[in-house]
Amino acid sequence: MSAIFPKWTNSLPLALGAVVAVVGGVVTAGVALYATPKHTRVGYEPVQPVPFSHKIHAGQMGLDCRYCHNGVEKSWFANLPGASTCMNCHNQVMKDDPLLAVVRDSAATGKPIPWVQVHKVPDYVYFNHSVHVTRGVSCVECHGRVDQMEEVYHAKSFSMSFCLDCHRDPAEHIRPTAQVTHLDWQWSTNEAVAAEMQATNGTKFVHDWKVESLQSCSACHR
Amino acid sequence: MRYILSIALVVLALPVLLFGLAGVQGRISRVPPIEVFPDMDRQAKLRPQEPNHFFANGTSSQLSPAGTVARSEALQTTAGAVYRFEDAPVNSGMITGTTNFVALNPLPVDEHLLLRGRERFDIYCAPCHGRIGDGNGITKKLGVMPAVANLHDQRIVAMADGELFYTITHGKGLMGAYGPLMPVEDRWAVVAYLRALQLSWLGSSDDLPVDQQAAFKK
Repeated sequence: MSAIFPKWTNSLPLALGAVVAVVGGVVTAGVALYATPKHTRVGYEPVQPVPFSHKIHAGQMGLDCRYCHNGVEKSWFANLPGASTCMNCHNQVMKDDPLLAVVRDSAATGKPIPWVQVHKVPDYVYFNHSVHVTRGVSCVECHGRVDQMEEVYHAKSFSMSFCLDCHRDPAEHIRPTAQVTHLDWQWSTNEAVAAEMQATNGTKFVHDWKVESLQSCSACHR
Repeated sequence: MRYILSIALVVLALPVLLFGLAGVQGRISRVPPIEVFPDMDRQAKLRPQEPNHFFANGTSSQLSPAGTVARSEALQTTAGAVYRFEDAPVNSGMITGTTNFVALNPLPVDEHLLLRGRERFDIYCAPCHGRIGDGNGITKKLGVMPAVANLHDQRIVAMADGELFYTITHGKGLMGAYGPLMPVEDRWAVVAYLRALQLSWLGSSDDLPVDQQAAFKK
Protein backbone atom coordinates (compact mmCIF):
# COMPACT_ATOMS: atom_id res chain seq x y z
CA MET A 1 0.00 0.00 0.00
CA SER A 2 1.42 3.26 -1.07
CA ALA A 3 1.66 6.02 1.44
CA ILE A 4 -1.26 8.49 1.25
CA PHE A 5 0.63 11.07 3.20
CA PRO A 6 4.28 11.70 2.43
CA LYS A 7 6.73 11.24 5.22
CA TRP A 8 7.23 14.91 6.04
CA THR A 9 3.65 15.14 7.28
CA ASN A 10 4.75 13.28 10.39
CA SER A 11 6.27 16.48 11.72
CA LEU A 12 3.32 18.66 10.62
CA PRO A 13 1.39 18.57 13.95
CA LEU A 14 4.50 19.64 15.81
CA ALA A 15 5.23 22.43 13.34
CA LEU A 16 1.64 23.62 13.43
CA GLY A 17 1.68 23.50 17.21
CA ALA A 18 4.83 25.57 17.30
CA VAL A 19 3.43 28.18 14.93
CA VAL A 20 0.15 28.42 16.87
CA ALA A 21 2.06 28.76 20.14
CA VAL A 22 4.30 31.51 18.81
CA VAL A 23 1.57 33.45 17.03
CA GLY A 24 -0.79 32.94 19.96
CA GLY A 25 1.86 34.10 22.38
CA VAL A 26 2.59 37.21 20.37
CA VAL A 27 -1.11 38.03 19.99
CA THR A 28 -1.75 37.47 23.71
CA ALA A 29 1.21 39.59 24.69
CA GLY A 30 0.17 42.25 22.17
CA VAL A 31 -3.37 42.42 23.51
CA ALA A 32 -2.21 42.48 27.12
CA LEU A 33 0.30 45.21 26.41
CA TYR A 34 -1.50 47.35 23.90
CA ALA A 35 -5.23 46.64 23.91
CA THR A 36 -5.92 47.31 27.59
CA PRO A 37 -6.51 50.71 29.20
CA LYS A 38 -2.93 50.65 30.46
CA HIS A 39 -2.01 51.53 26.91
CA THR A 40 -5.16 52.86 25.26
CA ARG A 41 -5.84 55.48 27.93
CA VAL A 42 -2.54 55.97 29.71
CA GLY A 43 -0.43 58.64 28.06
CA TYR A 44 -3.32 60.45 26.37
CA GLU A 45 -2.20 64.05 26.26
CA PRO A 46 -4.51 66.11 24.07
CA VAL A 47 -3.50 69.45 22.64
CA GLN A 48 -5.35 72.06 24.69
CA PRO A 49 -6.61 75.40 23.39
CA VAL A 50 -4.40 77.16 25.95
CA PRO A 51 -1.04 75.61 26.92
CA PHE A 52 -1.93 75.75 30.63
CA SER A 53 0.87 74.38 32.79
CA HIS A 54 -0.12 72.59 35.97
CA LYS A 55 3.60 72.31 36.67
CA ILE A 56 3.84 76.09 37.06
CA HIS A 57 0.49 76.74 38.73
CA ALA A 58 0.18 73.75 41.06
CA GLY A 59 3.84 72.79 41.29
CA GLN A 60 6.00 75.90 41.32
CA MET A 61 3.40 78.30 42.72
CA GLY A 62 1.78 75.72 44.98
CA LEU A 63 -1.78 76.77 44.20
CA ASP A 64 -4.23 74.40 45.82
CA CYS A 65 -6.14 72.22 43.34
CA ARG A 66 -9.35 73.65 44.76
CA TYR A 67 -8.47 77.22 43.82
CA CYS A 68 -9.61 76.36 40.30
CA HIS A 69 -11.46 73.06 40.73
CA ASN A 70 -13.52 74.65 43.47
CA GLY A 71 -16.55 72.38 43.24
CA VAL A 72 -14.67 69.14 43.74
CA GLU A 73 -15.57 68.79 47.42
CA LYS A 74 -19.28 69.27 46.83
CA SER A 75 -19.96 67.86 43.42
CA TRP A 76 -19.63 64.54 41.63
CA PHE A 77 -17.45 66.16 39.01
CA ALA A 78 -14.31 68.26 39.36
CA ASN A 79 -15.29 71.39 37.51
CA LEU A 80 -13.08 73.34 35.20
CA PRO A 81 -12.79 76.92 36.40
CA GLY A 82 -14.64 79.73 34.70
CA ALA A 83 -12.39 82.09 32.77
CA SER A 84 -13.10 84.69 35.46
CA THR A 85 -11.05 82.54 37.86
CA CYS A 86 -8.09 82.73 35.47
CA MET A 87 -8.57 86.48 35.21
CA ASN A 88 -8.18 86.90 38.99
CA CYS A 89 -4.46 86.82 38.24
CA HIS A 90 -4.24 87.12 34.48
CA ASN A 91 -5.88 90.51 34.42
CA GLN A 92 -2.37 91.54 35.49
CA VAL A 93 -0.06 88.60 34.81
CA MET A 94 0.74 88.13 31.09
CA LYS A 95 -2.23 90.35 30.44
CA ASP A 96 -1.49 90.97 26.75
CA ASP A 97 -0.03 87.56 25.95
CA PRO A 98 -1.49 86.14 22.70
CA LEU A 99 -1.54 82.63 24.24
CA LEU A 100 -4.17 83.84 26.69
CA ALA A 101 -6.35 85.54 24.08
CA VAL A 102 -8.86 82.67 24.30
CA VAL A 103 -9.13 83.13 28.06
CA ARG A 104 -9.61 86.89 27.87
CA ASP A 105 -12.17 86.41 25.14
CA SER A 106 -14.02 83.84 27.24
CA ALA A 107 -14.04 86.06 30.30
CA ALA A 108 -15.36 88.98 28.26
CA THR A 109 -18.03 87.16 26.24
CA GLY A 110 -18.90 84.10 28.31
CA LYS A 111 -18.03 81.81 25.42
CA PRO A 112 -16.53 78.64 26.92
CA ILE A 113 -12.89 77.75 26.38
CA PRO A 114 -12.89 74.48 24.39
CA TRP A 115 -10.73 72.49 26.83
CA VAL A 116 -10.30 68.85 25.86
CA GLN A 117 -11.30 66.41 28.57
CA VAL A 118 -8.45 64.05 29.44
CA HIS A 119 -9.94 61.76 32.08
CA LYS A 120 -13.22 60.28 30.99
CA VAL A 121 -14.88 57.26 32.52
CA PRO A 122 -17.48 55.51 30.36
CA ASP A 123 -21.02 56.85 30.72
CA TYR A 124 -22.12 53.64 32.44
CA VAL A 125 -19.73 54.37 35.30
CA TYR A 126 -20.77 56.66 38.12
CA PHE A 127 -17.86 58.30 39.88
CA ASN A 128 -18.30 60.89 42.61
CA HIS A 129 -15.35 63.18 43.29
CA SER A 130 -16.67 64.72 46.49
CA VAL A 131 -17.08 61.48 48.41
CA HIS A 132 -13.50 60.54 47.59
CA VAL A 133 -11.72 63.82 48.33
CA THR A 134 -13.62 64.44 51.56
CA ARG A 135 -12.71 60.93 52.78
CA GLY A 136 -8.98 61.28 52.31
CA VAL A 137 -8.48 59.88 48.81
CA SER A 138 -5.95 62.18 47.24
CA CYS A 139 -6.17 63.54 43.70
CA VAL A 140 -2.83 61.87 43.06
CA GLU A 141 -4.30 58.37 43.52
CA CYS A 142 -6.16 58.62 40.22
CA HIS A 143 -4.57 61.53 38.38
CA GLY A 144 -0.88 61.06 39.17
CA ARG A 145 1.55 63.90 39.75
CA VAL A 146 -0.41 66.58 37.90
CA ASP A 147 1.73 69.16 39.69
CA GLN A 148 4.70 67.91 37.65
CA MET A 149 2.90 67.85 34.31
CA GLU A 150 3.59 70.61 31.83
CA GLU A 151 0.53 69.42 29.93
CA VAL A 152 -1.90 67.05 31.60
CA TYR A 153 -1.82 63.45 30.44
CA HIS A 154 -3.73 60.37 31.49
CA ALA A 155 -1.46 58.82 34.13
CA LYS A 156 -3.43 55.84 35.43
CA SER A 157 -5.38 53.18 33.58
CA PHE A 158 -8.91 53.83 34.96
CA SER A 159 -9.74 50.22 34.22
CA MET A 160 -12.31 48.52 36.42
CA SER A 161 -9.60 46.63 38.28
CA PHE A 162 -7.88 49.96 38.93
CA CYS A 163 -10.96 51.11 40.86
CA LEU A 164 -11.39 47.76 42.58
CA ASP A 165 -7.76 47.58 43.74
CA CYS A 166 -8.46 50.56 45.96
CA HIS A 167 -12.02 49.61 46.89
CA ARG A 168 -10.79 46.25 48.13
CA ASP A 169 -8.06 47.80 50.25
CA PRO A 170 -8.87 51.46 50.97
CA ALA A 171 -6.59 51.60 54.02
CA GLU A 172 -3.58 51.50 51.70
CA HIS A 173 -4.69 54.61 49.79
CA ILE A 174 -6.28 56.90 52.35
CA ARG A 175 -4.60 59.93 53.93
CA PRO A 176 -5.44 62.79 56.31
CA THR A 177 -8.08 64.99 54.63
CA ALA A 178 -5.89 68.09 54.99
CA GLN A 179 -3.30 66.44 52.71
CA VAL A 180 -5.64 65.39 49.91
CA THR A 181 -4.53 68.15 47.54
CA HIS A 182 -0.85 67.91 48.51
CA LEU A 183 0.24 65.51 45.81
CA ASP A 184 3.79 65.03 47.07
CA TRP A 185 2.74 64.42 50.66
CA GLN A 186 3.96 61.30 52.47
CA TRP A 187 3.85 60.10 56.05
CA SER A 188 7.60 60.04 56.28
CA THR A 189 10.63 60.19 54.01
CA ASN A 190 11.63 56.86 55.51
CA GLU A 191 9.77 54.24 53.47
CA ALA A 192 9.49 51.68 56.25
CA VAL A 193 8.11 54.26 58.68
CA ALA A 194 5.73 55.58 56.02
CA ALA A 195 4.37 52.10 55.29
CA GLU A 196 3.93 51.43 59.01
CA MET A 197 2.06 54.71 59.56
CA GLN A 198 -0.06 54.14 56.47
CA ALA A 199 -1.08 50.73 57.76
CA THR A 200 -2.09 51.89 61.24
CA ASN A 201 -3.61 55.24 60.28
CA GLY A 202 -5.25 53.92 57.12
CA THR A 203 -7.17 51.32 59.06
CA LYS A 204 -8.11 53.93 61.64
CA PHE A 205 -9.37 56.39 59.00
CA VAL A 206 -11.42 53.71 57.26
CA HIS A 207 -13.09 52.94 60.57
CA ASP A 208 -13.46 56.50 61.88
CA TRP A 209 -14.73 58.03 58.64
CA LYS A 210 -17.02 55.07 57.95
CA VAL A 211 -15.40 54.46 54.58
CA GLU A 212 -17.54 51.88 52.85
CA SER A 213 -15.52 51.42 49.65
CA LEU A 214 -18.45 49.57 48.08
CA GLN A 215 -17.77 46.66 45.78
CA SER A 216 -21.34 45.97 44.72
CA CYS A 217 -22.08 46.35 41.00
CA SER A 218 -24.61 49.12 41.55
CA ALA A 219 -22.13 51.25 43.49
CA CYS A 220 -20.64 52.39 40.19
CA HIS A 221 -23.02 51.00 37.54
CA ARG A 222 -26.17 52.63 38.76
CA MET B 1 19.03 24.17 8.71
CA ARG B 2 18.11 27.07 6.46
CA TYR B 3 14.43 26.58 7.28
CA ILE B 4 14.98 26.46 11.02
CA LEU B 5 17.02 29.63 10.83
CA SER B 6 14.40 31.51 8.84
CA ILE B 7 11.60 30.34 11.13
CA ALA B 8 13.63 31.45 14.14
CA LEU B 9 14.15 34.82 12.49
CA VAL B 10 10.43 35.27 11.87
CA VAL B 11 9.65 34.23 15.44
CA LEU B 12 12.10 36.79 16.76
CA ALA B 13 11.00 39.46 14.33
CA LEU B 14 7.30 39.28 15.27
CA PRO B 15 7.56 40.68 18.82
CA VAL B 16 10.22 43.15 17.76
CA LEU B 17 8.01 44.37 14.92
CA LEU B 18 4.99 44.61 17.23
CA PHE B 19 6.96 46.47 19.88
CA GLY B 20 8.52 48.71 17.30
CA LEU B 21 5.17 49.62 15.77
CA ALA B 22 3.23 50.09 19.00
CA GLY B 23 6.05 51.45 21.15
CA VAL B 24 6.33 51.51 24.92
CA GLN B 25 3.12 50.76 26.81
CA GLY B 26 1.36 53.95 27.82
CA ARG B 27 3.51 56.31 25.76
CA ILE B 28 2.39 59.91 25.29
CA SER B 29 -0.18 60.19 22.54
CA ARG B 30 -2.13 63.14 21.16
CA VAL B 31 -4.81 60.83 19.78
CA PRO B 32 -7.93 60.13 21.90
CA PRO B 33 -8.23 56.61 23.36
CA ILE B 34 -9.81 54.01 21.10
CA GLU B 35 -13.27 52.98 22.25
CA VAL B 36 -14.46 49.76 20.64
CA PHE B 37 -18.15 50.12 21.54
CA PRO B 38 -18.61 53.87 22.04
CA ASP B 39 -22.43 53.56 21.99
CA MET B 40 -22.26 52.19 25.53
CA ASP B 41 -19.31 54.29 26.60
CA ARG B 42 -20.79 57.53 25.31
CA GLN B 43 -24.52 57.80 25.86
CA ALA B 44 -26.84 60.54 24.70
CA LYS B 45 -27.14 62.31 28.02
CA LEU B 46 -26.12 65.62 29.49
CA ARG B 47 -22.73 65.75 31.11
CA PRO B 48 -21.51 68.93 32.77
CA GLN B 49 -19.36 71.41 30.88
CA GLU B 50 -19.66 69.64 27.55
CA PRO B 51 -20.72 70.96 24.15
CA ASN B 52 -24.43 70.47 23.65
CA HIS B 53 -26.62 71.76 20.87
CA PHE B 54 -29.87 71.65 22.78
CA PHE B 55 -29.18 75.02 24.34
CA ALA B 56 -28.67 78.17 22.31
CA ASN B 57 -25.23 78.85 23.74
CA GLY B 58 -24.07 75.34 22.85
CA THR B 59 -23.02 74.10 26.29
CA SER B 60 -24.56 71.56 28.63
CA SER B 61 -23.98 73.57 31.83
CA GLN B 62 -26.25 76.59 32.00
CA LEU B 63 -25.86 79.63 34.21
CA SER B 64 -28.84 80.50 36.36
CA PRO B 65 -30.92 83.32 34.80
CA ALA B 66 -29.72 86.82 35.64
CA GLY B 67 -31.05 88.17 38.91
CA THR B 68 -32.06 84.82 40.35
CA VAL B 69 -30.77 83.34 43.57
CA ALA B 70 -30.79 79.64 44.33
CA ARG B 71 -33.18 78.99 47.19
CA SER B 72 -30.96 76.33 48.82
CA GLU B 73 -30.90 75.83 52.57
CA ALA B 74 -31.12 78.48 55.24
CA LEU B 75 -27.93 79.60 56.98
CA GLN B 76 -27.93 79.52 60.77
CA THR B 77 -26.80 82.99 61.81
CA THR B 78 -26.65 84.43 65.31
CA ALA B 79 -29.94 86.21 64.42
CA GLY B 80 -31.67 83.01 63.35
CA ALA B 81 -32.09 81.14 60.06
CA VAL B 82 -31.63 83.22 56.89
CA TYR B 83 -32.19 82.15 53.30
CA ARG B 84 -29.82 83.09 50.50
CA PHE B 85 -32.35 85.29 48.72
CA GLU B 86 -33.09 87.48 51.73
CA ASP B 87 -31.71 91.00 52.10
CA ALA B 88 -29.77 90.22 55.24
CA PRO B 89 -26.30 91.05 56.56
CA VAL B 90 -25.16 87.46 56.09
CA ASN B 91 -25.83 87.65 52.34
CA SER B 92 -24.69 91.18 51.54
CA GLY B 93 -22.37 92.18 54.37
CA MET B 94 -24.65 95.18 54.91
CA ILE B 95 -27.25 96.03 57.49
CA THR B 96 -30.70 95.27 56.04
CA GLY B 97 -32.13 98.17 54.04
CA THR B 98 -28.97 100.27 54.22
CA THR B 99 -25.55 100.38 52.58
CA ASN B 100 -23.79 100.41 55.95
CA PHE B 101 -21.51 97.46 56.56
CA VAL B 102 -22.42 95.15 59.38
CA ALA B 103 -19.90 95.40 62.21
CA LEU B 104 -19.74 91.79 63.30
CA ASN B 105 -19.69 88.40 61.62
CA PRO B 106 -23.32 87.18 61.52
CA LEU B 107 -22.28 83.53 61.75
CA PRO B 108 -21.56 82.05 65.16
CA VAL B 109 -17.77 82.11 65.41
CA ASP B 110 -16.57 78.82 66.81
CA GLU B 111 -13.58 76.57 66.33
CA HIS B 112 -15.18 74.84 63.38
CA LEU B 113 -15.71 78.14 61.54
CA LEU B 114 -12.14 79.28 62.23
CA LEU B 115 -10.64 76.02 61.00
CA ARG B 116 -12.77 76.18 57.88
CA GLY B 117 -11.68 79.79 57.44
CA ARG B 118 -8.03 78.87 57.70
CA GLU B 119 -8.40 76.14 55.11
CA ARG B 120 -10.22 78.45 52.67
CA PHE B 121 -7.84 81.34 53.35
CA ASP B 122 -4.88 79.12 52.50
CA ILE B 123 -6.54 78.04 49.25
CA TYR B 124 -7.93 81.29 47.89
CA CYS B 125 -6.17 84.16 49.66
CA ALA B 126 -2.69 82.88 50.50
CA PRO B 127 -1.39 82.81 46.88
CA CYS B 128 -1.29 86.62 46.97
CA HIS B 129 -1.76 87.73 50.58
CA GLY B 130 0.47 85.02 52.04
CA ARG B 131 -0.49 82.45 54.64
CA ILE B 132 0.02 84.95 57.44
CA GLY B 133 -1.77 87.70 55.52
CA ASP B 134 1.18 90.07 55.24
CA GLY B 135 0.88 90.42 51.46
CA ASN B 136 3.95 88.26 50.76
CA GLY B 137 2.36 85.38 48.90
CA ILE B 138 3.94 83.40 46.09
CA THR B 139 2.86 86.00 43.52
CA LYS B 140 4.94 88.59 45.36
CA LYS B 141 7.96 86.26 45.42
CA LEU B 142 7.61 85.67 41.68
CA GLY B 143 7.10 89.39 41.19
CA VAL B 144 4.04 88.96 39.01
CA MET B 145 1.50 91.02 40.95
CA PRO B 146 2.11 94.76 41.14
CA ALA B 147 0.36 95.50 44.45
CA VAL B 148 -1.02 93.18 47.11
CA ALA B 149 -2.53 94.48 50.33
CA ASN B 150 -0.96 93.66 53.66
CA LEU B 151 -4.01 92.48 55.60
CA HIS B 152 -2.46 93.75 58.85
CA ASP B 153 -2.59 97.35 57.63
CA GLN B 154 -4.47 99.59 60.04
CA ARG B 155 -6.80 100.47 57.15
CA ILE B 156 -7.92 96.85 56.87
CA VAL B 157 -7.88 96.05 60.58
CA ALA B 158 -10.26 98.98 61.09
CA MET B 159 -12.73 97.72 58.48
CA ALA B 160 -16.06 96.32 59.60
CA ASP B 161 -16.52 92.57 59.16
CA GLY B 162 -19.15 93.36 56.56
CA GLU B 163 -16.71 95.37 54.47
CA LEU B 164 -14.22 92.50 54.46
CA PHE B 165 -17.02 90.19 53.36
CA TYR B 166 -18.06 92.64 50.65
CA THR B 167 -14.46 92.93 49.41
CA ILE B 168 -14.05 89.16 49.22
CA THR B 169 -17.38 88.84 47.44
CA HIS B 170 -16.94 91.56 44.83
CA GLY B 171 -13.20 92.17 44.73
CA LYS B 172 -11.54 95.54 44.99
CA GLY B 173 -9.07 97.35 42.78
CA LEU B 174 -6.94 94.71 41.10
CA MET B 175 -8.36 91.87 43.20
CA GLY B 176 -11.00 89.79 41.50
CA ALA B 177 -14.34 88.76 42.97
CA TYR B 178 -14.18 85.63 45.11
CA GLY B 179 -17.92 85.37 45.56
CA PRO B 180 -18.19 82.99 42.60
CA LEU B 181 -15.52 80.70 44.09
CA MET B 182 -16.56 80.64 47.73
CA PRO B 183 -20.06 80.17 49.11
CA VAL B 184 -21.37 82.69 51.64
CA GLU B 185 -20.51 80.67 54.76
CA ASP B 186 -16.94 80.16 53.55
CA ARG B 187 -16.47 83.89 53.00
CA TRP B 188 -17.59 84.60 56.56
CA ALA B 189 -15.31 81.83 57.76
CA VAL B 190 -12.41 83.58 56.03
CA VAL B 191 -13.42 86.88 57.64
CA ALA B 192 -13.41 85.20 61.05
CA TYR B 193 -10.02 83.62 60.41
CA LEU B 194 -8.60 86.90 59.13
CA ARG B 195 -9.62 88.51 62.42
CA ALA B 196 -7.73 85.78 64.25
CA LEU B 197 -4.68 86.39 62.04
CA GLN B 198 -4.81 90.12 62.73
CA LEU B 199 -5.15 89.49 66.44
CA SER B 200 -2.06 87.29 66.32
CA TRP B 201 -0.11 90.37 65.14
CA LEU B 202 -1.81 93.03 67.21
CA GLY B 203 -2.30 91.18 70.44
CA SER B 204 0.22 90.87 73.23
CA SER B 205 1.01 87.87 75.37
CA ASP B 206 -1.17 89.43 78.08
CA ASP B 207 -4.22 88.50 75.98
CA LEU B 208 -3.50 84.80 76.52
CA PRO B 209 -5.14 82.88 79.35
CA VAL B 210 -2.97 83.11 82.46
CA ASP B 211 -1.92 79.46 82.41
CA GLN B 212 -0.65 79.81 78.80
CA GLN B 213 1.24 83.07 79.36
CA ALA B 214 4.07 81.41 81.24
CA ALA B 215 4.61 78.84 78.52
CA PHE B 216 4.59 81.57 75.86
CA LYS B 217 7.19 83.73 77.59
CA LYS B 218 9.61 80.88 78.09
